Amino acid sequence: MSDKDPKVTRANRPVLALHVPEPHLRPGDAPDFSAIVIPAAGSAPRPRTDAPAADTHSLATNLVRVLGDDHRAVGPWDPKIDPEILRKMLRDMVTVRIFDDRMYRAQRQGKTSFYMKCSGEEAIAIATAAAMDRADMHFPTYRQQGLLIARGYPLTTMMCQIYSNGGDPLKGRQLPIMYSDKAHGFFSISGNLGTQFPQAVGWAMAAAIKGDHRIAMGWIGDGATAEGDFHSAMTFAAVYNVPVILAVVNNQWAISSFSGIAGAERATFAQRAVGYGIASLRVDGNDALAVYAAVQWASERARANAGPTMIEFFTYRAEGHSTSDDPSGYRPVNEGKAWPLGDPLERLKAHLIALGQWDEERHSTLVAHCDAEVRAAQKEAEKLGILPQQGKDNIASMFDDVYADIPWHIAEQRDAALAEAKDR
Amino acid sequence: MATMNMIQALNDAHKVMMRADGDVVVFGEDAGYFGGVFRVTEGLQREFGKTRAFDAPISEGGIVAAAVGMAAYGLKPLIEIQFADYIYPGYDQIVSEVAKMRYRTAGEWPMPMVIRTPYGGGIFGGQTHSQSPESLFTHIAGLKVVVPSTPHDAKGLLIAAIEDPDPVIFFEPKRIYNGPFDGHHDRPVTPWAKHSASEVPDGHYAVPLGKARVVREGEALTVLTYGTMVHVSLAAVEENGVDAEVIDLRTLVPLDLETIVASVEKTGRCLVVHEAPRTSGFGAELVALVQERCFYHLEAPVERVTGWDTPYPHSYEWAYFPGPKRLKKALEKVMGD
Repeated sequence: MSDKDPKVTRANRPVLALHVPEPHLRPGDAPDFSAIVIPAAGSAPRPRTDAPAADTHSLATNLVRVLGDDHRAVGPWDPKIDPEILRKMLRDMVTVRIFDDRMYRAQRQGKTSFYMKCSGEEAIAIATAAAMDRADMHFPTYRQQGLLIARGYPLTTMMCQIYSNGGDPLKGRQLPIMYSDKAHGFFSISGNLGTQFPQAVGWAMAAAIKGDHRIAMGWIGDGATAEGDFHSAMTFAAVYNVPVILAVVNNQWAISSFSGIAGAERATFAQRAVGYGIASLRVDGNDALAVYAAVQWASERARANAGPTMIEFFTYRAEGHSTSDDPSGYRPVNEGKAWPLGDPLERLKAHLIALGQWDEERHSTLVAHCDAEVRAAQKEAEKLGILPQQGKDNIASMFDDVYADIPWHIAEQRDAALAEAKDR
Repeated sequence: MATMNMIQALNDAHKVMMRADGDVVVFGEDAGYFGGVFRVTEGLQREFGKTRAFDAPISEGGIVAAAVGMAAYGLKPLIEIQFADYIYPGYDQIVSEVAKMRYRTAGEWPMPMVIRTPYGGGIFGGQTHSQSPESLFTHIAGLKVVVPSTPHDAKGLLIAAIEDPDPVIFFEPKRIYNGPFDGHHDRPVTPWAKHSASEVPDGHYAVPLGKARVVREGEALTVLTYGTMVHVSLAAVEENGVDAEVIDLRTLVPLDLETIVASVEKTGRCLVVHEAPRTSGFGAELVALVQERCFYHLEAPVERVTGWDTPYPHSYEWAYFPGPKRLKKALEKVMGD
């Protein structure tokens, strides 16, 4: 219609153009992070934990950093953690990294179908676990294995889940690494991304309805912030002033899509909290002390009924999305090594050394100890079998837990499946 | 015993259960202060306080997700989705989370909750206030699906649903909230007060899930139906002088197959009636089951009376709705073969 509209002259108008975001670098390019703005450690202000949300909003474009280039803790966010806790965090990070390596290899050896590492992101889950109460509840994504390890969940049980063997508490029903454990405050991981984010809010609403003291933390990746569930979580958290921490782990890659595809060219993820009136912190995710300090701040706020906090953990996914992914197909190789915020494990280690609380020799002993522990756990787990051997015994269990009681139609199908198994 | 319409009976079920169990919490769009657009949750906030009966943002995905978190905590959410037509933003949470949680956590995190939602047409609601999406939920393992057709059953089934350890999608046929509907849209509505099923016992009672009700005994034909169509079907068999056995399924999952098979074996003929569109409707499952289990007792092909495979058309409501004419024709066909 408008084509024929004599009032419309297009002579001076540009042709409309669709912008499809594109990362600056692709395979073949040399890694270059010079465009990333990194404020000095200690420079970000620390508002009171009961401050109005608006007082935190300048932090949504800042970056809370505690560890300086000299590996010393500096500034108002320094959580002044007991060295014993720092050593526990280091130990957990070493364990997670070795665990990831062993399980990645196990997948390559055909012992399981799938694995996901959290390389370069270890500090986020582990410092969070250290900063929160053991009874607080997590609704994690698949890259927070550190929460389980920090809370002392048995490594063997994690591996049994990965192998779907007889020791798997989830009875072989879930994809490897989709752990679930109530006793460790670790909610069942979903492969449908983002669903857990508003669920965390619901759990914390229940805690508030019941006058509990426990709080909840929801986790999501940068990519899944594009889901409607992200918006639901933020809305409910804001409306009911829910005692919840909402964490966006911005590792900048959603499989092969860089964070620009989730909107990061326009605003930081932390800035999304501004429009909801939720307190907002943007934190160096590779700085274990900054992670600890931010989570401690948000926990205090939540526990005092002062409201929810969104925390963006800014980090970099140092390796592939999963064992099914090869990042050399979409981004420069060795970017992880060039990441300017460094390796979280090495940074915490250097800090402990700078404090005079650690040395190379003790570190080598720790690594050897953790390595032995992981290997021993793996040996134990493999005694109960690896994935290719599974799925043949106890087929009837496949029909349990669909409902509390087995209805007639599922009972009939169970009997048919058992008969079919005998036929082979 | 009191005489109630379906709304009052459902409201009473809420009150009985909220008094008995402090873990039952109610929320939904307009469900708090105002008591819901159909007034089912009226008075709950007044009696139980704002943290047990409250208004939710217009976010069905958020409502269901919050209920998941609450159920994980140990509460029993009893939530309202204002119209079944609005349930789709919550569908991922229902299908991927609510339905599968007990299974994927090996029983550690069951999801006891009730998702109530008014459904069905006959109210000039157009395509976004008239749908019957029950088959989208009967197809999902882990969910139970319930549809009451009288005030007595509405209260008893809702109480059973709240007490059930599994998640229940509770479809309320909104056309018959205030009175049974015989399908003759041009006749005045009969209020529930004139119907025996409006006698609702006081206090607690449960109508067990998974049990159908034989509404009318008969020898010539079995009619399998639920919701509003129970009343439309009853009127049709009377008007056409067919000695039909009319079965109100009440629960679609798990289905009371025993009652169905016993009846079809007796009558040798079967008609399946629902409001929802035909293709892949729950009727297809019923026809398949009857064919599998009763083939040698059947004297005629099983027929279906359903809505058409179109979106719900506003001004063509009575050309769309499976009313007396469609039923008459189907009855003649099944009885004539």
